Amino acid sequence: MSDVYIVGTDMIRFGRLPERTVPSLAAESALLALDDAGLGIRDVEALYCGNLGQAGGMVAQRILAEIGQTGIPATNVANACATGATAFHNAWMSVKAGAYDTVLAVGVEQMGKGLLGGGRSGPSPEGLIGSNTMPAMFAQIGVEHMRKHGTTVEQFAKVSVKNHHHATLNPKSMYRRETPLEEVLGAEMIAWPNTKLMCSVNVDGSAAAVLMSESKVRSLGLMDRAVRIRASEMSSTPFAERQLAMPDFSAATRVAAERAYERAGVGPEDLDLVELHDCFATAELVHYENLGLCADGEAGKLIDSGDTALGGRIPVNVSGGLLSKGHPLGATGIANIYEISTHLRGEAGDRQVAGARLGLTHVVGGGPGMGTSCAIHILERV
Amino acid sequence: MSEPLVPIIERDDSGPYLVGTRCRACEHVFVGPREACARCTERESLESLRLADSGRVYVWTVVHRSFPGVATPFIDAIVDLDDGSHLKGTLADIDPDAVTFDLPVRVEFREEIPAGETLPYLTYVFVPSKETGDE
Ligand SMILES: [Zn+2]
Repeated sequence: MSDVYIVGTDMIRFGRLPERTVPSLAAESALLALDDAGLGIRDVEALYCGNLGQAGGMVAQRILAEIGQTGIPATNVANACATGATAFHNAWMSVKAGAYDTVLAVGVEQMGKGLLGGGRSGPSPEGLIGSNTMPAMFAQIGVEHMRKHGTTVEQFAKVSVKNHHHATLNPKSMYRRETPLEEVLGAEMIAWPNTKLMCSVNVDGSAAAVLMSESKVRSLGLMDRAVRIRASEMSSTPFAERQLAMPDFSAATRVAAERAYERAGVGPEDLDLVELHDCFATAELVHYENLGLCADGEAGKLIDSGDTALGGRIPVNVSGGLLSKGHPLGATGIANIYEISTHLRGEAGDRQVAGARLGLTHVVGGGPGMGTSCAIHILERV
Repeated sequence: MSEPLVPIIERDDSGPYLVGTRCRACEHVFVGPREACARCTERESLESLRLADSGRVYVWTVVHRSFPGVATPFIDAIVDLDDGSHLKGTLADIDPDAVTFDLPVRVEFREEIPAGETLPYLTYVFVPSKETGDE
């Protein structure tokens, strides 16, 4: 079966944009991605849109109302923090299946401030029966890593130092400011061991990608800047022992990673860079092991070594990650794909990973008692 | 009498207790009622049971920032109950700095007013077991 390619991709700079509408944010990145490919909306045969906040609000159709109502099938996707990547995955499947040659995937979110979580009706058990906040859940995932492997608070905090440093090199990041270790550790405690600077930033944003069949890429002469999709794999939580008490983001990630490496016929040692789901500093270290970037129990050592910083052996979250670039839920999965694609094209400017040939993106989302959803993509320079 | 804050709390003549489900096929014990086993997918093997009222702290966090109106800080703990089930809850009556992995705790039922409500509800908390005093 022939491969599917990304021929255009872009994102808007993430930020707080309360005066905009969700469809207008999405339309902006959709047009940027089409411009990047040298195409127009009339060339697009189907649209998949990922958004959580207005999941019942027909955002895909409202995008077309802004940029051209050509009558194409338009599908709305919601899948927790994997929403954008799920829209991209559906677009990939439709081209892979031969249904279409040119498909647009868009992810968008307008967030507002405040803590994520909760959302149930009736009297809230928050505080009386633990916490349903995202920071608390991901704090416990870090504490579990401490329990098993002796990981330290400083090692978790170093993730924030690294990703905030990376963001200073990315003009599309929400924050672009260095945060030394003392500042990260001394910031307001949200849920021990995660301080405010170890939590991802709630921002508004959108990202988009144009996917195309191999024959169409060749016939339009777009192979020069095309990015090959070597794997697009998803998973839901396989049974994990404590999953109903504390959401398990590791089991689903390991399943999706195994499928992705197998599909692509590569291993983690072949990767040149990774954008992974650093929704909290604690999460990044856990995912080093889930994605096979190091052996189980070695994540603390890996962040200490500097190997996951720009210039190191396997740079992780060179974009600044969710911690500094920002985390507009529905947009995040496609923004990660934009980041890797930009490096593979050699167009990442000051933060370019030299000679990048193969990259991986990872997002995983879920909530208390809900299970999780994970999407992993492996992308290759043509 | 106050309403249970969450549906896993039930009552009989002996007082409140937490309801769980055991799968006879794979032996997993779940918190709350269920119709099929998430672990082994069996549908005919489930029996309900009273969950154990003691266990040990697996992991915890100290929550300093929560939703509006919720008093902080508090300790959110994941406890491995003695029957093998895993339960999330607030760990009360202990200094956050004194919490350790595998700290023995027991389940206690209390009347509490949730944030934003005016009437109390019946809920549960974890408290340190008495025998930890002589460590
Ligand atoms: Zn079973």
